[in-house]
Amino acid sequence: MITTRKVLAALAAALAIPAAAAEPVKVGVVAPFSGGAADFGRQMEGGIKAYFKLHGDTFAGRKIEILVRDTTGPNPEIAKRLVQELVTRDKVDFLAGFGFTPEALAAAPVATEAKTPMIVMNAASSVVTTRSPYIVRFSMTLPQVSAPMAAWAAKNGIRKVYTLVTDYAPGIDSETAFKAAFTAAGGEVVDSVRVPLRNPEFAPYVQRIKDAKPEAVFMFVPAGEQSVAFMKAFEERGLAKAGIKLIATGDLTDDNVLNAMGEPTLGVITSHHYSAAHDSPENKAFLKAWAEVNKDLKRPNFMGVGGYDGMAAIAEVVKKLGNNLDADKAMELLKNMKLTSPRGPIAIDPATRDIVQTVYVRRVEKRGDEYWNVEFDKYPDVKDPGK
Amino acid sequence: MIGVLFDGVAYGSVLFLVSVGLSVTMGLMNFVNLAHGAFAMAGGYVCVVAMTRLGVPFLAALPLAFLASAAAGAVLERTLYRRLYGASHLDQVLFSIGLTFMSIATATWLFGPSQQPVRLPEFLRGQVSFAGVDFGIYRLFLVAAVAVITLLLGALVARTRFGARLRAAVDDPQAARGLGIDVDRVFSVAFALGSGLAGLGGALGIEVLGLDASFPLKFMVYFLLVVVVGGAGSVRGPLAAALLLGVLDVAGKYYVPQAGAFVIYAAMVVLLIAFPAGLGRRRA
Amino acid sequence: MSRGEIAFWLVPLAAFFALPGYLVLGSQVLIVALFALSLDLILGYAGILSLGHAAFFGVGAYTAGLLAAHGWGEPLSGLMAGAAAAALAGFAASFLVVRGEDLARLMVTLGIGLLLYEAANRAAPITGGVDGLSGVTMWKLLGLFAFDIGGRTAYLYSLAVLVLVFALLKRLTASPFGLALRGIRENRVRMAAIGSPVRARLVAAFTLGAAIAGIAGALLAQTTQFVGLDTLGFNRSAELLIMLVLGGTGRLYGAIIGTAVFMIAQDYLAGINPVYWQFWLGLALVVFVFFARGGILGAIESLRSRR
Repeated sequence: MITTRKVLAALAAALAIPAAAAEPVKVGVVAPFSGGAADFGRQMEGGIKAYFKLHGDTFAGRKIEILVRDTTGPNPEIAKRLVQELVTRDKVDFLAGFGFTPEALAAAPVATEAKTPMIVMNAASSVVTTRSPYIVRFSMTLPQVSAPMAAWAAKNGIRKVYTLVTDYAPGIDSETAFKAAFTAAGGEVVDSVRVPLRNPEFAPYVQRIKDAKPEAVFMFVPAGEQSVAFMKAFEERGLAKAGIKLIATGDLTDDNVLNAMGEPTLGVITSHHYSAAHDSPENKAFLKAWAEVNKDLKRPNFMGVGGYDGMAAIAEVVKKLGNNLDADKAMELLKNMKLTSPRGPIAIDPATRDIVQTVYVRRVEKRGDEYWNVEFDKYPDVKDPGK
Repeated sequence: MIGVLFDGVAYGSVLFLVSVGLSVTMGLMNFVNLAHGAFAMAGGYVCVVAMTRLGVPFLAALPLAFLASAAAGAVLERTLYRRLYGASHLDQVLFSIGLTFMSIATATWLFGPSQQPVRLPEFLRGQVSFAGVDFGIYRLFLVAAVAVITLLLGALVARTRFGARLRAAVDDPQAARGLGIDVDRVFSVAFALGSGLAGLGGALGIEVLGLDASFPLKFMVYFLLVVVVGGAGSVRGPLAAALLLGVLDVAGKYYVPQAGAFVIYAAMVVLLIAFPAGLGRRRA
Repeated sequence: MSRGEIAFWLVPLAAFFALPGYLVLGSQVLIVALFALSLDLILGYAGILSLGHAAFFGVGAYTAGLLAAHGWGEPLSGLMAGAAAAALAGFAASFLVVRGEDLARLMVTLGIGLLLYEAANRAAPITGGVDGLSGVTMWKLLGLFAFDIGGRTAYLYSLAVLVLVFALLKRLTASPFGLALRGIRENRVRMAAIGSPVRARLVAAFTLGAAIAGIAGALLAQTTQFVGLDTLGFNRSAELLIMLVLGGTGRLYGAIIGTAVFMIAQDYLAGINPVYWQFWLGLALVVFVFFARGGILGAIESLRSRR
């Protein structure tokens, strides 16, 4: 029965809603969206869009507004200026993104001074989270994904390895972690080489490796353009035919470029925290939503998942704090965050504010017309050994 | 050691093929053309498009790359470059940087920023063993192709009437005009030819140098280097310079990987100080 | 100073009060304008076409940055140190630059820039390499003003330095030295024939240009508390050249106007679509070379003289 009271109550509720429709939550996403590393930013943004597709973009009555800023490549100066402007001019509530470690390192002091939580969705060297108490990382660290590869290699009878990494913080991290884990397991690293970050030319380096005749080469280069160039050199020099195995972090067989690299990648074994072939209901939902909102992108890769999970964390914080978005309270929630990500279960270690997750060992296989990283072994709950 | 030398020669050959056009342009027209790499890039993209979208086999796509870049060069020379022959070097630098930016932006818009994958035909892949050293088949092909082209080019310059006119125009354009040589036409043909060769070099070089939208800027330094060190206006100078720089770069990276690109830049500065007019010792 | 000039200098001052959200961008415009002034001295007045001027900018930046990162964060002395280091580098390089012809000289300047970039890259333990030099903590300017996150101190600091150096350059270019430089730019052989010490003048100009570039670099390091490898990169040298020519060479004010227009346009347009920006910039350059060789100031002058 429609009583006067009920009408008045409905009216009151209707009038109250505009008051409750609060200010949007502003999230500044800083990453490369142009140049050779354009895919970094686009993947992260794709992950964010996929999250909004599955869960909407309004939590506790507050809409999440994304402000995208392009650093055009590994440009820490530009990243720093963009972050400063986001914080002072746009007054964002969260900073997110950061495709390269130098970008994150440059932004860290700004996050501290402005007391703005900074969600790292990709940058992968151990030192990043130590630079500000407001940084939380949802991607991975290179030592975290490299050390299990060493353990697996030793377990499977590989004794002599040559390492090749890119000469910047994540590469050096990877090399250090691999060496430590591999020698601890009884293996021998016959030699190491570091290639420059920009415009590397792999042919002479790969030739050097071939001449040293190791049993396997362990390598890490930034995902995308460089992994393609490396595979080309590896195939061209006939290292596989010479009996040298290729083991690497998953950046080499990045889901985004895997199909473009094609046949030479068959059988390559990598260790990483996300494969688009991961068999779980969350991943299936993620892939579906991704395909619907990102028609100009191909498959999601680990950066897409980093974007998705980073946004999931922000959403959780907004859900719990609503209009009381205090930075320190947000950090408390973020530090203890546990999520079921499309990659598997993840958690944040409150002591280091860094991510703890399962690292999978995968092999590239062909299913139908496409190439996939198929998981066949795993190391659960891996913390960052670099700290 | 031989392997490294060979790799350096292969790398240098590609550099030479692209740069020879620039040498002629800079020596002949005294024009600083920083956009030369864009013609090489255009050739590379034409080759990729022909192979992936039109299904043309690699060897047939190469002449297409040459023709496309030559045509582009001819058109641009007639319409734009020609008007800046007497202009200051600053103007030429700005103009060619502008052209370069436009070409990079267009390539990014059409093809995206990343590396273009190209599948070589089976008979060009893999390695062949000779005297205990492995030689990449593709690199052998590359060196052979460039050697043939160089010989043809040399014959063109030394034995044909066009070559004679070209040499005369390089030595002294005013005197050449006085003799009745149509220097403007020589310029046009030389520019088109140089651009075409650059395009061919770009296509051949995809396997060795890679191809992405920022190619012109990435490699511009190397092309300029080859021309200035070799001496603008000659063919043999840049050849020597390209091979030398190719070997130095590859050897540097192989034996002293920590030094990286340092070697090639240091070598350039040293060579420029020692030979201010270039190795070929022709009028710059 | 003419009334136009006074009005001109009031604009950045007014911007300080009117646009508090844009001060970070503003300081960067001021710093790059200073950098452009240094190139104007070398190119616009002395006629040396350089594609590697960022080398001196970077030397200044790293010097000031390293000083602060290792404990000495006093701003003004850091600035002086940056200038001194850059001047030294410029002096050393000047000998390579004043000989040789146009083309070889261009390559040498390019080569120097590239070499220094690689050297900084290799010296990663000192310079931070690609990760950049962080931990640059600055003390209070003049013991009173701390560098705040909103960029207010940085802005006024940069503006003050720009005004001082500009005043210096204005006097210098009007002096016999400045006139001699212009003479050398127009006709080197004739200047030598009338007994002007051409080489000495060029060395002096180049060194001074390098020193001022070093000041600009040091300013950048101090105001952003960070030094990236890109301070030395080719892109920076090339963009600077474009900015200077856009405004008009040989006029000092051209350097400032060109920088302001370019950077503001870039901030706005590149934010919308970077590919779009690059294309239209390229087109603008091509059109510019054919129709507007004097730059913005040149166009204004020719309009004025037509009336």
